[in-house]
Amino acid sequence: MVPISYYLILSGILFACGVTGFLIKRNIISIFMSIELMLNGVNLSFVAFAAQWHALSGQVFVFFVMVVAAAEAAVGLAIIISVYRTRETLNVDRVDLLKL
Amino acid sequence: MTHNLHLWLIPVLPLVGAAINGFFGKKFSRQAVAGVALSFSAAAFAKVLVVALQFSSLTTPHIEFLATWIRAGSFQADFGFYLDQLSLIMLLIVTGVGFLIHIYSVGYMWEEAGFYRFFAYLNLFLFFMLTLVLAGNYLLMFVGWEGVGLASYLLIGFWFTKDSAASAGKKAFIVNRIGDFGFLIALFLLIKHFGTLNFEQVFSSIAPLSSETAGAGLLTAIGLLLMVGAAGKSAQIPLYIWLPDAMEGPTPVSALIHAATMVTAGVYMVARSHVIFDRAPAALTVVAIIGTLTALFAATIGIAQTDIKKVLAYSTISQLGYMFMACGVAAYSAGVFHLMTHAFFKGLLFLAAGSVIHAVGGEQDMRQMGGLRTRIPWTFWTMTIATFAIAGIPPFAGFFSKDEILWRAYQVSWVYWFIGLFTAFLTSFYMFRLWFMTFFGEYRGTAESHEDSPHGHGDHDDAAATHGHGHGGIHESPWVMVIPLVVLAFLSVTGGWIGVPRSLGGNNRFEKFLGPVFHADVAEGAEGHGFSEMGAEGHGMAGSPNKETEGPEPQAGHGTELAFTGISVFAGLLGFVLAWLLYYRDPQLPQRIAASLGGLYQAVVHKYYVDELYANLFVKPLIAGSTSILWHGIDRDVIDATVDNSAHGANEVSDSVRHMQSGNLRSYAGWVAAGAAMVIAYMVWMGTR
Repeated sequence: MVPISYYLILSGILFACGVTGFLIKRNIISIFMSIELMLNGVNLSFVAFAAQWHALSGQVFVFFVMVVAAAEAAVGLAIIISVYRTRETLNVDRVDLLKL
Repeated sequence: MTHNLHLWLIPVLPLVGAAINGFFGKKFSRQAVAGVALSFSAAAFAKVLVVALQFSSLTTPHIEFLATWIRAGSFQADFGFYLDQLSLIMLLIVTGVGFLIHIYSVGYMWEEAGFYRFFAYLNLFLFFMLTLVLAGNYLLMFVGWEGVGLASYLLIGFWFTKDSAASAGKKAFIVNRIGDFGFLIALFLLIKHFGTLNFEQVFSSIAPLSSETAGAGLLTAIGLLLMVGAAGKSAQIPLYIWLPDAMEGPTPVSALIHAATMVTAGVYMVARSHVIFDRAPAALTVVAIIGTLTALFAATIGIAQTDIKKVLAYSTISQLGYMFMACGVAAYSAGVFHLMTHAFFKGLLFLAAGSVIHAVGGEQDMRQMGGLRTRIPWTFWTMTIATFAIAGIPPFAGFFSKDEILWRAYQVSWVYWFIGLFTAFLTSFYMFRLWFMTFFGEYRGTAESHEDSPHGHGDHDDAAATHGHGHGGIHESPWVMVIPLVVLAFLSVTGGWIGVPRSLGGNNRFEKFLGPVFHADVAEGAEGHGFSEMGAEGHGMAGSPNKETEGPEPQAGHGTELAFTGISVFAGLLGFVLAWLLYYRDPQLPQRIAASLGGLYQAVVHKYYVDELYANLFVKPLIAGSTSILWHGIDRDVIDATVDNSAHGANEVSDSVRHMQSGNLRSYAGWVAAGAAMVIAYMVWMGTR
């Protein structure tokens, strides 16, 4: 059986990739994908712990996260389309109307 | 017997008049304004007369309760009224003289812009003055006391566009505040030690106390503080300085408020509180000394004034000094007697002076008058009567009251008597000086050539014509102004006859009438009963001398008293002769005398530099202290600085923090990541500990 630490390290790597992408990417869609990556990193640790402790609640939680992520993707993509229609760009550095 | 006389009507009637004129008068015609003001003041006078007629059937003091005002714990103050002989006399004076002056004002103020405003204020004054006089407790009296101060302020500053009038009003108000401060502290002391301010209860709880001869105690303190209040309101040293400036107001106001009624409120208050003063000899001595000094001091200033109203103002201060001298020697009824005759003749003097000013087109400087005797005969003759009355020439009113005060003062100390006598001489001198300068000699003014003088009196020409003086410039006043003069002149002649002392074959009915109020004063006080019809006559009609009992004449015999009477008449005549010599026979002489006196004369002309002294001693340090400490130091550097600096601080902090809000989405993401990292680091640290 694969030790749980492997799963957790992979989960940490996925999460770190997500954070890095979130911070350095300029394209909104890439940022969005980075967020999904972070979520999935967390999901991985959830199921790993669920398998380790034979607790179903961890798996149930993952379904919750997936549902929320799907809803978020629907709303987020809609916002992205709307932003693109009005600003004709997906570069977040140029979406700065609220700047002081 | 407990009638309900509805005493509350007396003050409320003028208040209604004031309200009508004050709120709606702007839209009324002048006739309507005058009609409202006159009818309500006349109604108050009529009501007082009705009360006076019923007075004999009352048990005095007659106390009426209208409504509860304040109730706090055991302390209670009501809208209650206190009617006795003293307040009845005051009521008759206030409403009677007040009504006459209302009539006069219709003529005097006819051309003025704020006609309705003037009468609203005048009625308001009557309301507060009647409240003061009728009040059944010190607190209600204080309301009236403050109210007359307010009315006085409004009326002094009636021509508020004139800077001097506005500041004179302020000066009067502020100086009065100092006196009111003393009055208030006295009230607090009364509440603290007697738990009530009702006259009846205060006096009955003080009455059993013994006199504080040994040392100054509570009653002395209360007496002195009340005197501070009285000195403010009645223009005594050291708070007299507002009254001469108050002459900036219209002349009828000077007559009503600053001669006949309001300024005598202090005398009334001291007389009303005689129970306190009787048991505080030290306070009484202070009252007498202040009165005596004020009488002398103001009279000397009066000698050198050239403004006709200023002379009368200083004369008023001096006469008020007499009244306080009388109160100070515990001769309260003599003081009130002088208060009454003074209301008649000084009211008349002011009104006549107003008539003179009116005639010469607003000029107040006596050096610009002269020779007016034949041009304004009614004014001349009435003013002559008033001048003789104030100078103490028998049988005019002032003679009896002044003589009574001097005689009673002598029985306490010859010093009071001597200063009073000298003041009587000075009074006679400056009044006849005024008389000669105004009415005799050659006319020195310019009103003849300026027909449209500042006072503008186009519509009085018909009045002038009916008097047969087609002078255009100088003319007699219209009948509405002359009639009050004549009535007051009549009272100035006869007003003293109700108080003829026994030494002159009279019976001093006035003093007996007041006897029940000042028990200690008149031994046969119980007989005061038989004289209660005096109320109706108190307005000046003298009855035939009523010889019933030979009252115990204190200490000295009639012969001595007659001799003193002779001396004071002689002093009055001496003043007349001196004024005649200086201002009629040889008008150049005064200037030479003034030149030879030099510094002394200058000091008198400048009123002993008291205003300047006060300015340097109190006003300027106060302004400097307020500016540097209170304004710059506390207000600007502490209060404002606290507010400003906290605002600045918030500004600085937000200025440095606002750069976090860059609007750059990735920087926000960075902050979120950093925050999350910190939380994780913290939890890891907590976990490894």
